[in-house]
Amino acid sequence: MRDTIKGFAIAVSLSVMSTAAFAEGGVPLVAAASKPVTSAEITGSVPEKLNISKANVFNRLLKKIKDPNAPPPEDGIHDTANEATFALQPPKVAYEGWPRTEYGNHVDWVKALNDGLINPRYDRVDPEVEPFVMDLDIVRPVKASVPDVVFPHKPHTQWLHCSNCHPRIFVPQRGANQINMSAIILGEKCGVCHGKVSFPITTKSCKKCHSKPKPADWTPPLSEASVKNPWR
Amino acid sequence: MRAKTERTAVWKIALFGVLAWVGGLMMPQPAQAEYADVVINNYADAAGMRPVVFPHWYHRIRFRCKVCHADLGFKFKAGGNKITMAKIIDGKFCGACHNGEISWSVENCGMCHSGIPGTPTHISGSTVQRLVAPAYKALDKNKQVQ
Repeated sequence: MRDTIKGFAIAVSLSVMSTAAFAEGGVPLVAAASKPVTSAEITGSVPEKLNISKANVFNRLLKKIKDPNAPPPEDGIHDTANEATFALQPPKVAYEGWPRTEYGNHVDWVKALNDGLINPRYDRVDPEVEPFVMDLDIVRPVKASVPDVVFPHKPHTQWLHCSNCHPRIFVPQRGANQINMSAIILGEKCGVCHGKVSFPITTKSCKKCHSKPKPADWTPPLSEASVKNPWR
Repeated sequence: MRAKTERTAVWKIALFGVLAWVGGLMMPQPAQAEYADVVINNYADAAGMRPVVFPHWYHRIRFRCKVCHADLGFKFKAGGNKITMAKIIDGKFCGACHNGEISWSVENCGMCHSGIPGTPTHISGSTVQRLVAPAYKALDKNKQVQ
């Protein structure tokens, strides 16, 4: 039984090592397997005296996707009983050599476009039509302590048309749009695209929008409960 | 210096570890569909067809958002366009390109109708799906959370 636990511990560590190395594009399996594993390391990973309940596992609700760009037959939504599933292109083949990010498709689409790695059509049939690009940054002050939002029209108009957002999603008028993160996470305002097709809301992507630092003398406004606190 | 018996034991454990790891790879994996793949199952299941899986990334390499979402009238809403095969063969929605001219034509049923039967309409990997607890309950049971 002890052997089983130790073996499982090695299996986990091996898969972690190989996953990490695969992500870097190397062929590390041999290196990972040939790395000497001392018995002290093994016993160290599963202390014998502890009997930790399964209710107290680490990262109980943290879901991580093992292979973010899995080929269609292995992605869990394509039916492998359908022969055409195997004719579909695996995303990784298309993304070869592209700038990567840590979220979404793990592709930096705007950079890929600006670097000329892709040239998507702006018109259904005519590849020569140039997009109507507007370079205008909108600064949105934020109440909370996070940096203020700078909305850049440029990368948005490279992909989209004015009518996609205005006036139904955003009223093109200063002060007319109330935006909060809850609405975005639930798929409204910016969340109509961000969190579904364009880069999602994660801790790693906050600063892509919240990019303008607060003034040096800025302090967070005190909440009303704090100001009226009788024990203050 | 280590005893010979202990070294043998370590090798056995290591071998078992490798076997368990390989076995783990063969276990059924949870859904890890490509971010922004859209499953559309408004009518497909009821018609005895597999649901449609629309790969956003593949189309995004070839067309800017504007082409489908401004020119062709696709709404920013999974399942919100009420696409039917009748509309497609009339040249609307997917049929604007999947007509044998710009891209392959409608006889390639399985290329789009490739989803696992019973999969609800949704967008893969969307923020709402990644929340560890549901953010809200849909008031309308027929309304899909996306």
